[in-house]
Amino acid sequence: MVKGRWQPSFIGDNVVATLPGLAFDRNEMERTARSNLPSLARHPSPWPDRVFAFCAHAAAWLTLALLVAIIGSLVVGAWPAIKEYGLSFLWRSQWDPVQDRYGGLVMIYGTLMTSFIALLIAVPVSFGIALFLTEMAPGWLRRPLGVAIELLAAVPSIVYGMWGLLVFAPVLSKYIQAPMQSLLGDVPVLKELVAGAPVGIGVLSAGIILAIMIIPFIASVMRDVFEVTPSMLKESAYALGSTTWEVVYKVVLPYTKTGVIGGIMLGLGRAIGETMAVTFVIGNFNQLDTLSLFAAANSITSALANEFAEANPGLHQASLIYLGLVLFFITFVVLALSKLLLSQLKKNEGARS
Amino acid sequence: MMPAINPTFGATMNPAITMSADKLKKHRRRKVVNVVALTLSLSAMAFGLFWLAWILFETIRLGVSGLALTVFTQMTPPPLSEGGLLNAIIGSFMMVSLATLLGTPIGIMAGIYLAEYGRNHWLGSAVRFINDILLSAPSIVIGLFIYAVVVAPMRSFSGLAGVLALALIVIPVVIRTTENMLSLIPNALREAAYALGTPKWRVILRITLNAARAGVVTGVLLAVARIAGETAPLLFTALSNQFWTSNLGEPMASLPVTIFKFAMSPYENWQQLAWAGVFLITLGVLALNILARVLFRHKN
Repeated sequence: MVKGRWQPSFIGDNVVATLPGLAFDRNEMERTARSNLPSLARHPSPWPDRVFAFCAHAAAWLTLALLVAIIGSLVVGAWPAIKEYGLSFLWRSQWDPVQDRYGGLVMIYGTLMTSFIALLIAVPVSFGIALFLTEMAPGWLRRPLGVAIELLAAVPSIVYGMWGLLVFAPVLSKYIQAPMQSLLGDVPVLKELVAGAPVGIGVLSAGIILAIMIIPFIASVMRDVFEVTPSMLKESAYALGSTTWEVVYKVVLPYTKTGVIGGIMLGLGRAIGETMAVTFVIGNFNQLDTLSLFAAANSITSALANEFAEANPGLHQASLIYLGLVLFFITFVVLALSKLLLSQLKKNEGARS
Repeated sequence: MMPAINPTFGATMNPAITMSADKLKKHRRRKVVNVVALTLSLSAMAFGLFWLAWILFETIRLGVSGLALTVFTQMTPPPLSEGGLLNAIIGSFMMVSLATLLGTPIGIMAGIYLAEYGRNHWLGSAVRFINDILLSAPSIVIGLFIYAVVVAPMRSFSGLAGVLALALIVIPVVIRTTENMLSLIPNALREAAYALGTPKWRVILRITLNAARAGVVTGVLLAVARIAGETAPLLFTALSNQFWTSNLGEPMASLPVTIFKFAMSPYENWQQLAWAGVFLITLGVLALNILARVLFRHKN
């Protein structure tokens, strides 16, 4: 007789009577019940409950305090630079540790430009991947392919960096930059964008590597929001004779608009804050005298990674922390916006279904 | 073709005939657009997989050639001499495990708060919001923060600072997964336990957290995978160290920072060691990720 496995046979009304082992195991069941459940004392001590609740609350407050502490410590650390330059730090382009003069324009430009290039590449590709995973791929392929794309996000950024510098940059310079230069070298405006030595290091390669790194984030958010589209809507459109593309473009995309933008913002936040991969390939050059995509530049994160440990305390260090504060502020706004948009979609979903 | 089927309606069908030719053209165009779009979608997928394959291929090709037994038995060498990565591997191992031990309980408790105490409380929504931002916040800023509150007052880079920086990255990941997993547990389970007079803390620990165990473990594994590859927050907290140390008060070597230093150098043997390190770290992180997924799917 198997203990605990009930095999009701539905003969007549008396189901319980046919449960095997019930009479034999009653003592055992009571014993196990006693050992699993708390003692049924009239007044259990309130203290364990209070202590546990206190710990949970404390951990939650700690998270809040962490954010306040991060902002506070950055402001305090950056104070000498804030006092010296004020907001003009944001558009001063001189960065000169020798003369002790600092301005963040070059790094802010580098950060925004590389992130922009990354979005330009990553958004259409992620959209294609999400479309493929939700509408085209056969069921048995969806999971492995989805996991493969997500693994792209799991690869540590230092690996992207080293691969980018030693493997990707030479390939980029030989097969993309050189042809681009010979193609666009004589076109009036575009030639400015491809000026400089095609060495494979600079804004363009940093942008491309960032794009690869944020594709999995944007693609998986897009896939998830595409999947919440009610199948009723999609099936109605298919029944009217729409093609797959029309269903996605005219039904799914409008329905999930806010979620898609939220996913793009999430990717943007990631791209802006990415450090190691950019540090390897951007070239770490603190001057902005060309807008060329091939030129070496610097980003906020790579300036911090390269200079902070060796910066002399004083204005140099304070200016670097000021850059960190600007970085945190930008990512905070972008990520908060992304979160807001994504929660909007969730709210709508509840209202419409 | 149409009038032939029903000649009596020929007069009224006439405009329809011209339209149907139009429609046919439009139909063909729609079909072409569809095929083009789906082809592009397929190539986007191939594009994504192509990078993964290329990166993994190069990592294995260059990493295995740099791999030797000495990598695991010798300390990091000065330029142009023989050596391994032993102290970096041990340092990484120490800092990652201590950070996980430190960050996991805090993360789980805050996750419990979000799912069991603060579901409809303003603090709950605030913490959830802040946590989602900390989850994606640039890790180098965490490094700056720890530098300001630990390294600067202590006047020394230290392994302890590295541990704290990594722990701060563990916390949001664990909070997020713990809350998600606890929210999946049906309320009937909680109510049944309460009906038996179980105090809340036992309901949470013995019933809900127990039922969500697989998911929580998955979250911790993902957090470990994330911090094992983190470089930016260690650059100015733990710094690096060419020698072996188990003293948390001293600068401590870690695999990612060592790779960074070696990869940027012009020395052949350093670069080779860096590739070996990249191979080890990629292998470890991807294995942890896959393990977490398998475990989670298996338990559900």
